[in-house]
Amino acid sequence: MTGNPPRTLFDKVWQAHVVRTGEDGTSLLAIDRHFLHEGSHHAFAQLADRRARVARPDLTFGVADHYVPTRRGAGRSMDPAIAGMIERLERNTEEHGIPLFGLGDPRQGIVHVVGPEQGLTLPGLTMVCGDSHTSTHGAYGALAFGIGASEVAHVLMTGTLWQRKPKAFRVKVEGILGPGLCAKDIALHFIATIGADGATGHALEYAGSSIRALSMEGRLTLCNLSIESGARCGMIAPDDTTFGAIAGRPFAPKGALFEQAVEAWRQLPSDADAHFDLEITIEAGDIAPIVTWGITPEQALPVTARVPDPARETDPVRAEAARAALDYMGLAPGTALAEVPVSRVFIGSCTNGRIEDLRTAASVLAGRKARVPGLVSPGSSGVKRQAEEEGLDRIFREAGLEWVESGCSMCVGMNGDIGQPGERIASTTNRNFKGRQGAGVRTHLMSPAMVAAAAIAGTLADCRPFLAGRKP
Amino acid sequence: MKPFTRVTALACPLPIANIDTDQLIPARFMRRTRKEGYGPVLLHDLRFEADGAPKPDFPLARPEYSSAGFLVARRNFGSGSSREAAVYALADFGIRAVIAPSFGDIFAQNAVNNGLLPVRLPEDQVEQLLASLMAEPADITVDLENARVEAPGLALPFTLDPVWRTKLLNGWDDLDLTLSHRAEIEQFMARDAGSRPWMMPDPSK
Repeated sequence: MTGNPPRTLFDKVWQAHVVRTGEDGTSLLAIDRHFLHEGSHHAFAQLADRRARVARPDLTFGVADHYVPTRRGAGRSMDPAIAGMIERLERNTEEHGIPLFGLGDPRQGIVHVVGPEQGLTLPGLTMVCGDSHTSTHGAYGALAFGIGASEVAHVLMTGTLWQRKPKAFRVKVEGILGPGLCAKDIALHFIATIGADGATGHALEYAGSSIRALSMEGRLTLCNLSIESGARCGMIAPDDTTFGAIAGRPFAPKGALFEQAVEAWRQLPSDADAHFDLEITIEAGDIAPIVTWGITPEQALPVTARVPDPARETDPVRAEAARAALDYMGLAPGTALAEVPVSRVFIGSCTNGRIEDLRTAASVLAGRKARVPGLVSPGSSGVKRQAEEEGLDRIFREAGLEWVESGCSMCVGMNGDIGQPGERIASTTNRNFKGRQGAGVRTHLMSPAMVAAAAIAGTLADCRPFLAGRKP
Repeated sequence: MKPFTRVTALACPLPIANIDTDQLIPARFMRRTRKEGYGPVLLHDLRFEADGAPKPDFPLARPEYSSAGFLVARRNFGSGSSREAAVYALADFGIRAVIAPSFGDIFAQNAVNNGLLPVRLPEDQVEQLLASLMAEPADITVDLENARVEAPGLALPFTLDPVWRTKLLNGWDDLDLTLSHRAEIEQFMARDAGSRPWMMPDPSK
């Protein structure tokens, strides 16, 4: 509209949800979607202390993912402590009339895979969950971010949340990604460039021709990893790819309402001259298949590189951090990354557990054998069914990997899926933090194709030769 | 919530970058309720060997720091998972403020919601403070009213979001304030439901 200042995608979604702005400049935002999981028990305890009710059970959904066993079903017993966590979620959601995609429900899966799959994730929504990877849903043009337990309790009790508006940071990625590369490589490249706190205090918007060319799965991976750069949320302007992915989903608007929604969603992309506080442009052609070598996602390099030498780092604090990382990771400076042996692989998580991820990993593994054991856990029960229809499960099994049920699994290790101390795991997950996959476990983050290549090679490996002549 | 005005206590130096929330509270301890207390498992795997013995080279594992009221650490403190239990662990241990060059956004918000003060200082000042505390353990003062850290030979002003400052100084949480706007929230939501009917989850076929 004439006369109004140009606005970003973030501005438009933010402004549409401001109930009131305090004198101090913070805004009370109406929340359109709130997801809960087993970890939400602290928030329900706060509700119980106040004898409060849930304000918007109609906008709240529970999903069992963090603690669910991935080897489950008839005849299998469950660790009583884990069963207790799942029952606590069942009890809390039932008491407050909140729909639950619980254990055994065909819609169960990892919350950030289930939201889009069920059509609960839509452009222009505000979405929160007590999980930092809630940034994932920004792939649909939603303003989605992770919150702590006190904020979960606040949203439960009021349907709103106080927030100070973050600054705007646009990440443009231009050009065509090389063969064998994917959104995971873009994300790790970006995080290595700006640092794990490089986007703190900012809302990211990913734009540019490479982003337009990404599938929804790729966009979800990219936005998922926003938090690993310090940004609480990352967004992508919705387009026809987005609308196509929403149409026909179980909870999505239907018929005339869908048409009305698309009309509104087409207004969301950032205005041409909108202001960004920070901006960076990445050439897709500069991105190589990336692996992390350290204990924060910023410690990442192309797989063709060597383990860095802290002695060559000019900044003493960074040098010390690199030394500590190499010490934990059991790596010597100068070692070729592609010669580092791995003892286990994991494919799954809210970062890379979608059907496209499984297809890519399977295309590398088809007809080959893994040299190391590993787990493949689909991002949702729906993804699992789809993969089995396509015969991907057979490819993983024949390669020697274990095909299991859906959950957060080895990404966070809460359900008991962890490695042994000293083990080195090639993983499609989001965090290579110390102990994340079990005390003393060493995690290398990479794309699904790269994990599949590592499984076959028994070392960190460049996926590109393995993909030669295959449909990626 | 306990107000934070001016606190003097022992400061424990942790010259480590990227102390993420998985370090602050490893996932396997997160099943406990708050009533059970999170202090004993704060930074568990950095503080203790696999057999439970304290790691002597980790400052916070030493008996002299069991009464620490502050931590001083390097950049990107509290990055990672949104788990509020990371803040519970610090608070239950007795930590009132953490001083670092940068914090994870969600951690900092969680901290303020639990009366824990995240003090952001420039990297060179944090390094100065770390060097001084490693040379000689000392009590320092964090004065929120005057937004200043006072350590032997150092007076370091800091800035904090004014909303957070007010909340911490008074020990307020957001809930009562929000509930006082209940009618406004309901009006907003009714209006919004009319203008964005497609927003509601629609389970129909």
